[in-house]
Amino acid sequence: MRHMSNAFRFTAIAASLALLLASLQVPSAQAAGKIQIVTATSDLAALAQEVGGDRVEVESIARGYQDPHFVEAKPSFLLKLRRADLLIVVGLELEIGWLPPLINQSGNPRIQVAGPGYFDASRFAEILEIPRGIVTRAEGDVHPLGNPHYWLDPANSQRIAKGVADRLSEMRPADASYFEQRYQAFTKRLQDEDQKWVAEMKPYAGRKVVTYHRSWPNFAKHFDLDVVGYIEPRPGIPPTPSHTLELIQMMKRENIKIIMVEPYFDLKTPKAIARDTGAQVVVMMPSVGGEKEITDYFKLFDYDIALLKKAFDAAH
Amino acid sequence: MKNVMVLACALLVLPGALSAQDASKESTEAKREDRLKTLEEQVRALAAEVEGLSGELKTARESAANAPGARPKLVLASAPYTRESAAAAATPEPPQGSGTAQTQVFGGATSNAKLLNPDISVIGDFLGTAGNNSIRPVRSLELHESEVGLQAIIDPYARGDFFLSFGEQGVNVEEGYITFTSLPGGFVAKVGKMRAAFGKVNTIHNHALEWTDRPLVTDNLLGGEDGIEDAGLSVTRILPAPKWIFLEATGQAFRGDSSTIFQSVTHKDVSYVGHIRAYKDLSESTNVDIGASYSRGHSAPGTDLITLPSNFHTELYGVDTTFRWKPLRRAIYHSFLARSELVWSQRDQLSPLSLFQTQRAFGFFTSGEYRLTRRWTVGGRFDRTGRAQQANLTDTGFSALLTYWPSEFSQIRGQYRFARYAEGRDANELRFQFVFVLGAHGAHPF
Repeated sequence: MRHMSNAFRFTAIAASLALLLASLQVPSAQAAGKIQIVTATSDLAALAQEVGGDRVEVESIARGYQDPHFVEAKPSFLLKLRRADLLIVVGLELEIGWLPPLINQSGNPRIQVAGPGYFDASRFAEILEIPRGIVTRAEGDVHPLGNPHYWLDPANSQRIAKGVADRLSEMRPADASYFEQRYQAFTKRLQDEDQKWVAEMKPYAGRKVVTYHRSWPNFAKHFDLDVVGYIEPRPGIPPTPSHTLELIQMMKRENIKIIMVEPYFDLKTPKAIARDTGAQVVVMMPSVGGEKEITDYFKLFDYDIALLKKAFDAAH
Repeated sequence: MKNVMVLACALLVLPGALSAQDASKESTEAKREDRLKTLEEQVRALAAEVEGLSGELKTARESAANAPGARPKLVLASAPYTRESAAAAATPEPPQGSGTAQTQVFGGATSNAKLLNPDISVIGDFLGTAGNNSIRPVRSLELHESEVGLQAIIDPYARGDFFLSFGEQGVNVEEGYITFTSLPGGFVAKVGKMRAAFGKVNTIHNHALEWTDRPLVTDNLLGGEDGIEDAGLSVTRILPAPKWIFLEATGQAFRGDSSTIFQSVTHKDVSYVGHIRAYKDLSESTNVDIGASYSRGHSAPGTDLITLPSNFHTELYGVDTTFRWKPLRRAIYHSFLARSELVWSQRDQLSPLSLFQTQRAFGFFTSGEYRLTRRWTVGGRFDRTGRAQQANLTDTGFSALLTYWPSEFSQIRGQYRFARYAEGRDANELRFQFVFVLGAHGAHPF
């Protein structure tokens, strides 16, 4: 009897709880006022903020100094996702190791893949390094759909901003002219800033550099840098002694004096290579928020270009 | 005389031959000149043709650009901005082919028709054991498990996940369920066969554990390696709570057949699992995860084979805690994870004298794992637990572990395992494990 009463009690409690919870609807932030946007990375958050202005609230899951491949799918992110009207992702399987379980567990139909609030920014960007032919993991943690670090090209960001503006306008037609105006202002400023950045980098056009990970193809293409080697022997594979020796020989042969490293990689190997080759290690920020002063998309390029200029000048 | 005649003839013929050779040289040079002239004319004609075509193309582009409704040009990623290009890019569009590149995946899909196939993965779990264990012996070498994962989005409302476990004893559907991700009210429902949300370790697949084996408390109180897994349905929802904490509740109902814990005879003999989870970020690098679990089902009565299990129940209570530290700037190099689970079992059964009795057993484990470098982790675990059917018998053990990660997709692990069983016998074992991942295996929940 004791067990029977326990069973009934448990069932009754569970049923009551279910009914109570069913009556609680997740409030849509759209109805409440600002459009709630959650982005996978801080760069996408910066772009969404540029376009959305004060009509949106934007939060990023990954921090700017964090490796976006290896974010932990913390339950606290679910609290953000369950209320989101729009989820903006990098795509190209950058977030495959952590974002899908968060989306599934969020209980938010709007942001499910292909849902009205799911926005894959890669569909608006020029993607580089799309593998052709046979793709295997012998090449490391390769992205079969192309390199996902595309936001480091201002032209791609302009395209993404346009896509975001259009989507926000669809979500809230009454504010369409506001979003369009914000987009135009962003474009104008980006155009002016980019002219300045390109001019600043022009003296170093064609310079050969080495990077830790394949994070910089779009940046290098935009500013005419030549990435000729990587600290990682393959994407996602830690440096090996034999590869490091080959890299040192190549850097000496080609007189390469710049090693670009992301803030989340260990500096031990890059510094050892730099000692052997006389090169400089430059800790570049691949994302907004990587340092305190990098508070928006423009400051990201200001920061990185200032670092690179200083390093190139010091190398000669 | 004959030789003199031949020589005379040769002298007569030689001047004629030489003059003929000169004439032939002249004619060859003339031919070459003619050929060069012809080629020159052809090149000029082709150049004129190319020039004409370029002009036509330019005209066509200009007329297209001036046509009403024509799309403006894109700003290429490599092209620096200019006033003109920025103006032309007023409505940029995605570059051709972005996101739709046809990629050949080795051994996988090569045609569009196959692109809708589920993500397929295979995870090999090879185990080797040396040493002595007379109470719970295991094979010296075995391909312990080959887990085949098939995962895909079914439709706009649901996704499906299958995990088939191929062991040396046969094939088992470890999990196979549909998840409804678009339910109203923030509910997430699963229907199918699944690992129950009792504690933390019970939900984790073998290859994702921090050890080569499962804790002793799982063996003794939760039905062994498979734990509580059964066919049924599950509903989860995030609960309203203050901003600083995450609360989630899960309720599950199963058929009632799960390993050696639960046994159903009639349709009414269902089992239930309830789980409440509280999570808090202590900082951006550290967090704590605490859960409370309850499960109830019908148990096998024990020695009396004719007694229906409907009158015998097993109730399980559990508390799980996980503490994690992972500095964001060095997440791939250093991290620490501490985990502990406590389980109370209350099982109705018949005693050897066929008297009704309730066995109350308690067990727990506590473990820690520290990542030393990108490739190396060390860990340890302490186990102590009673046995579900003989609560007065207690087993104790501890393990030390070292893991090497060649890449994200493979790991090599060694574990020294000591156990002191209630029978008074000790087990000393050295185990090693190779785990290797093929294909696209979906990420596991946190």
